[in-house]
Amino acid sequence: MEKFNKLTGNAIPLRITNVDTDMIIPKQFLKTIKRTGLGEYLFFELKFDQDGNKIDSFELNQDQYKGASILIAGKNFGCGSSREHAPWSIADYGIKCIIAPSYADIFYNNCFKNGILPIILDEETVAKLQDSAENTLNFNIDLEKQNITYLENNEQKEITFEIDPVKKKCLIEGLDDIGMTLNKSSSISDFENNQAKKTPWLYRSEII
Amino acid sequence: MSAPKTLYDKIWDNHIVSINDDGTTILYIDRHLVHEVTSPQAFEGLRMSGRKVRRPEFTLATADHNVPTMDRDKGIADPDSKLQVETLERNARENNITYLPMSDKRQGIVHIVGPEQGFTQPGMTIVCGDSHTSTHGAFGALAWGIGTSEVEHTLATQTLIQTKAKNMCIKITGEVMDGVTAKDIILAIIKKIGTAGGTGYVIEYTGDVIRNLSMEGRMTVCNMSIEAGARAGLISPDEKTWEYLKGRPLAPSGVEFETAIRYWQSLATDEGAQYDEIVEVKADEIIPQVTWGTSPEDVVSIDGYVPDPKNASSDEKKRSIERALDYMGLEPNTPIIEIEVNKVFIGSCTNGRIEDLRAVSKIAKGRKVEKNVHAMIVPGSGLVKEQAEKEGLDKIFIEAGFDWRDPGCSMCLAMNADKLKPQERCASTSNRNFEGRQGRGGRTHLMSPQMAAAAAIKGKLTDFRDL
Repeated sequence: MEKFNKLTGNAIPLRITNVDTDMIIPKQFLKTIKRTGLGEYLFFELKFDQDGNKIDSFELNQDQYKGASILIAGKNFGCGSSREHAPWSIADYGIKCIIAPSYADIFYNNCFKNGILPIILDEETVAKLQDSAENTLNFNIDLEKQNITYLENNEQKEITFEIDPVKKKCLIEGLDDIGMTLNKSSSISDFENNQAKKTPWLYRSEII
Repeated sequence: MSAPKTLYDKIWDNHIVSINDDGTTILYIDRHLVHEVTSPQAFEGLRMSGRKVRRPEFTLATADHNVPTMDRDKGIADPDSKLQVETLERNARENNITYLPMSDKRQGIVHIVGPEQGFTQPGMTIVCGDSHTSTHGAFGALAWGIGTSEVEHTLATQTLIQTKAKNMCIKITGEVMDGVTAKDIILAIIKKIGTAGGTGYVIEYTGDVIRNLSMEGRMTVCNMSIEAGARAGLISPDEKTWEYLKGRPLAPSGVEFETAIRYWQSLATDEGAQYDEIVEVKADEIIPQVTWGTSPEDVVSIDGYVPDPKNASSDEKKRSIERALDYMGLEPNTPIIEIEVNKVFIGSCTNGRIEDLRAVSKIAKGRKVEKNVHAMIVPGSGLVKEQAEKEGLDKIFIEAGFDWRDPGCSMCLAMNADKLKPQERCASTSNRNFEGRQGRGGRTHLMSPQMAAAAAIKGKLTDFRDL
């Protein structure tokens, strides 16, 4: 898995709550059989109108947010489907960190599989950061120290965040969790042998 | 004696393979459903790392999102859709996984196929790269949607690394009025707790109202747990569950079925078990529900009005109502029954089962779809279609002017050719009313099959009980 440790970049304020996975990556782009190349379709229907014209008021279309690597969003970000195409498109676009008051479970979990750090902060702090993002060029995110630092009006600011230590470790080390689980195959086999005794019908299913 | 446990606690405990040093659990996965959209990259990952599918016989694949619902003999026209379906077919073949192709009458939406085949059973852990996997919770199976990385993990190891969720109990008390369906109950629940209300929880639905629901109705309720933010919903299995499972191709049979029932009975939540959260919903207050906006929590009773952003409780809420009204093309304070529709979609993993179609046929019989409305009925599987035709429902639908199609996800998410055009307004029995969900610029109102059928007849949202 992709690693995440430190990041410096500018941030896009996205002041919409309940941003769903259909908004992040519309269904017409789910027909791919690859993981890569989805970045250009990120927020496609917010970026372009029905005639294919750029919507200038949308932040991702604005010059000042070009090359941004952080997204600051509203609560319940990533609700809806389980499509991992959502974090794939975000990562492929170049965004490696999201800051929001809350996330939908599946999306949150999917971020960690793709080297994206989803930070949770209270609504007030997120709103403040969204305002700061309009004028601040660089936010420094340090996962090890669990802090966000930036310079605003010549004043050094620091915000700390909480994160589950297991998830933190996974991101910092970029662990291959399938490989780690496969190291425990004998435990899996033991489980199967016991389960086959206790609930044997689960092991009867033949190919239909 | 051990402490009293919930249904969720028991299924969880029964599937612990080991606990990692970091406190996460390796949880065994009994069954895995696979469809074409979220699996190609997982199989590619296995190939690249030289790994094999550990338990192909516990895995069942079918194509549902991209399949056409008409002119199937012509194949799939869209080249990307075609490639995705062919890729699944190849991956299934190469890995010895059972695959139900479009030509097989058992093909359909994964969450309809699993229960129909008896693949879904109480007490199991079931996953699928699809958020509506929560549907299978209706059988007392712990079932949840996963991303593609976890699809790969499941294929390779038949386990997932998990952290346990919290327990929520949603107790539906009182009695439902006539004409109030499972869909109305779950919409009322989502309205009450919101789309993030269940985040971090597994929801167990309890109470006589749930007990009185058919298996189909229970599937409708559990299906939309994800719209309430919960990855999984659960209903304690009972006689209705055994009755449904008996004789299904993959269900246990003979003496073993009796043994299985005894085991399944032991899974019910113990007296005195603790939930982290209990929510009570009064069934007596529920009348047919519809959504007005672009989030499944934007729910209103059919006798209600489009909300006015002026009355919003916060600025953020006000902005979100304004955005939704703008997208939906609705004015504040409009009576819901004045909203006109030009499309109707009846189907999906929420409401594409035989019971749903029977309910629609009762409304459709002897009536006609309004002339400006195009109304599609898409059965959830080939077997649902076959059963409906055996009962003559197709004739009623066609006679009334409905468009009777072949099975698949269809316009629930519009990945195939079935989609709304911009500004088209649809009464839909599906599960999501997000912006663009049923087609770019399309406007979705979620409701029960009866309500969608009535909207087709009247050309506007209406209380079907008044027809």
